[in-house]
Amino acid sequence: MNFRYALIFTASLFISAFSLQAQDHGSSHDQDHSALSHEEHGDHEGSCCGQEEHSTEYDPVSTVMHHIADANEFHIWKDVHMPLPCILYAPGQGWSFFMSSKFHHGTLALDGYVLNHGRVNRVADPSFPKGEQHIDGVCHEARMVLDAKGAETEKDFYFVCLDGKPYQLDPPSTLDGGVLGGGLTSFYDFSITKNVFAMILASILLILVFSAVRKGYARNEGKAPSGIQSFFEPFFLFVKDEVTLPMIGEKHYERFQPFIMTLFFFILFCNLLGLIPFFPGSANITGNLGVTLTLAVFAFIITNINGNKDYWEHIFWMPGIPAWVKFILTPIEILSVFIKPFALMIRLFANISAGHIIILSLIGLIFVFGQNGENIGGVFAGGIVGGLFTAFMNLIELLVAFLQAFIFAILTASYIGAAVEEHHHEEAHH
Amino acid sequence: MFFLVDFNVIKPDPGLIFWTALIFLLVWGFLGRTAFRPIQNALKKREEDIQHALDEAKRAREEVAGLKADNEKLLAEAREERSKILKEAKEVKDAIIKEAKEKAKEEAQKIVVNATQEIENQRMAAVTDLKNQAGLMALEIAEKLIRKELSGDSANEAFVKTLVNEIKLN
Repeated sequence: MNFRYALIFTASLFISAFSLQAQDHGSSHDQDHSALSHEEHGDHEGSCCGQEEHSTEYDPVSTVMHHIADANEFHIWKDVHMPLPCILYAPGQGWSFFMSSKFHHGTLALDGYVLNHGRVNRVADPSFPKGEQHIDGVCHEARMVLDAKGAETEKDFYFVCLDGKPYQLDPPSTLDGGVLGGGLTSFYDFSITKNVFAMILASILLILVFSAVRKGYARNEGKAPSGIQSFFEPFFLFVKDEVTLPMIGEKHYERFQPFIMTLFFFILFCNLLGLIPFFPGSANITGNLGVTLTLAVFAFIITNINGNKDYWEHIFWMPGIPAWVKFILTPIEILSVFIKPFALMIRLFANISAGHIIILSLIGLIFVFGQNGENIGGVFAGGIVGGLFTAFMNLIELLVAFLQAFIFAILTASYIGAAVEEHHHEEAHH
Repeated sequence: MFFLVDFNVIKPDPGLIFWTALIFLLVWGFLGRTAFRPIQNALKKREEDIQHALDEAKRAREEVAGLKADNEKLLAEAREERSKILKEAKEVKDAIIKEAKEKAKEEAQKIVVNATQEIENQRMAAVTDLKNQAGLMALEIAEKLIRKELSGDSANEAFVKTLVNEIKLN
């Protein structure tokens, strides 16, 4: 009964919060994204500099993409940003440390680093002056380039304008090898970004909550649970009785219980924190491939270092089947070792990202219907339709937050279970 | 191209990976040691305690049931014992009464026999005494009579003398 009230309360919180967020969008982001939405096709590099770019048009796609992306400062309200520490490394230049507030919202360049739409970029051009530089702004250009396969594709380029002269900006390095549009660039960003900050917050929450729960167990030893302890006990027992115990088995499950618990609650807290639409929530933590990749790699490592003889035998030389089948099966089994964590990574990332995109798109309806403030009736229509759908989506996302944490945990547990399982084969059919 | 705008979230950022790994390891290490393991142990202990308590209760119940059965048995035994004792007592009583009756009868018989004998003896003594008295009286009378008779008649005297002689022969 209490849980139902909590749900209703949460839902109403989301609705009211989103109406706040909607106002926020209206006031700041149409300016914020004017540069992004504008596409220039110049003949020579950086011709965008000095051009007046004040399109008032609302670009829903870039707004959404900007919101789900990581950032080096935490946008709180209108022009209020929470500064975050930047830890940057450029080969040849070394490490740079400063707070993102030193960029003055992108109007200053520091040692060749520039804040471009909330993210630190770097000017690779050595002729760009070091130290603090007042810049005219950042402009955007889309150009046709040859991609890795030799096909012509359109790619975004950003330029910083200093004294009327454009300098090309490099985004931070990514580890996709250019396959997903990123790749290694002239610098690496190890900053405490919005996602890292939110993750630290989730971790602190986790530690506080479970320290309190732990104290409850120490205090109520031999007695019925009370307070926060009794709230988390069902989760705990659920993970134990529905995830680890049936998946890993009576013999080994206790060994992996802390890992699965940490996975479940870490993902859950990150998911839930991401659902809160205002500071310090809203960061798309588990909707970022880097995060899910790391978690999936942990699951992969834990599974495979605990793999016993039977597990490896089943991968490389499946017993009990004809030899010629083994030649087909072995490559499949080896692939599956990598596909399993890969699927974990994609599943969590896609679910959470999709949830954020849908909610942001629904909020974007207000601006689309309102034709960027010109159509007041449209704003109301968009507000009502978008608001209702957002409320509905938030409830679904609440479910998804739990579901995805549960799925990640139960699948990891089942992979570990398969790795530690002891098989007893009848050798009769040999 | 599929990514019309910068779809940043799909590009794994080494910085984010580094921080995620670090934070996750710290949370795992810290919570695993200070919270999840102890909570798990506490839950397990409580589970065992509950199981133990249930087992204990079951055993106590069984014990009580056993005690009840024992009591019943004891009671039955006691009842049996009582009836046995009563029966024995009755037998003893009967025997005693019977014996006493017999003894009394015997005694009475004896008394009666003795009394009869005594009576007989007394009667005999009385008869003897009476005989003696009667004899003496007869003798006296006879003496007086004879004295009177004899004082006047010598023939009678001679006759008596012969009679006396005759008695002497007896």
